[in-house]
Amino acid sequence: MNEQTLHLVMGAVSIAIAGLATAIGAFGAALGESRIGAAALDAMARQPDEGAAITRNLFVTLAMVESTAIFCLVIALILLFANPYTAGLHLP
Amino acid sequence: MDVTVFGDPVVFWFGPLPVTRATLTAFAISSGVVLAAVILRHAALSRPDSSLAIVAELAVRWPEQLVADIVGRSVPWLAVFSGTLFYFLAASAIAGQLPEVRTPTSNLAVTSALAVLVFLTVPVAGIRAQGLKGYFGHYLRPSPLMLPLELMSELSRTFALAVRLFGNMLSGYLIVALIVALVGVFIPMPLMALDLLIGVLQAYIFAVLSTVYIGAALRLREE
Repeated sequence: MNEQTLHLVMGAVSIAIAGLATAIGAFGAALGESRIGAAALDAMARQPDEGAAITRNLFVTLAMVESTAIFCLVIALILLFANPYTAGLHLP
Repeated sequence: MDVTVFGDPVVFWFGPLPVTRATLTAFAISSGVVLAAVILRHAALSRPDSSLAIVAELAVRWPEQLVADIVGRSVPWLAVFSGTLFYFLAASAIAGQLPEVRTPTSNLAVTSALAVLVFLTVPVAGIRAQGLKGYFGHYLRPSPLMLPLELMSELSRTFALAVRLFGNMLSGYLIVALIVALVGVFIPMPLMALDLLIGVLQAYIFAVLSTVYIGAALRLREE
């Protein structure tokens, strides 16, 4: 396998893995966030007076869970834009 | 479409220091925030019943209340620290919506610098609050076996703080850039609104999390 072919294979694998990483990361984060949202709505239905405090904590928790998906996105971006194995590759 | 994701174009060299676009934008935003603070302070001192004075009062009271809620008592310097972080990050999220301006927080160097600031503030605050022995003792408190885990958590939470902000701001920027390249005007507007909401929310979360981390170092002895 010469250098050019290796770079092409590396590029193709990186693109596929980048998509997969984002998809799987978003899957887990979506499941977790739906549970958080359901629990927060349940709590707000039981105690409407605490709505403001629940909403504030809800947003903080959602963003923290969301960050796992964001980490996957950053890994995908590293694979696509800062991949050391495909750095010398110039696609036509 | 010309999008740089990880690099940052150097505008000019200041001696041996490269001055990049993010540096310039961050300095402009800081100057804007400082200018707004000076105007609000002047208004609050000269005309205490004007609407600007009420805004100034709210802008100062809000971080104080946030810190008091999280730490459990009033810590004036921590309110200043968290408030400054929040106002800078929120201002850069809002400035990122302007045409031709890319928010400096979509640069990993800027967010890492802010996270390292929080990382260094934690031991300084802890040592000042409970002495050298008291602060470093908490690493060994339940058992010395916990030491690697504690160090690991300090490092990983700093990393998470930086990458969370970076990833959120960069993803918003990339989505808007993609939609603009595909369909042009008006269609990206809801996504820009979402980007603005996420930017302000992430600023709030950065401020809250740094308050939680520093507040935990302040509170160790009381538990």
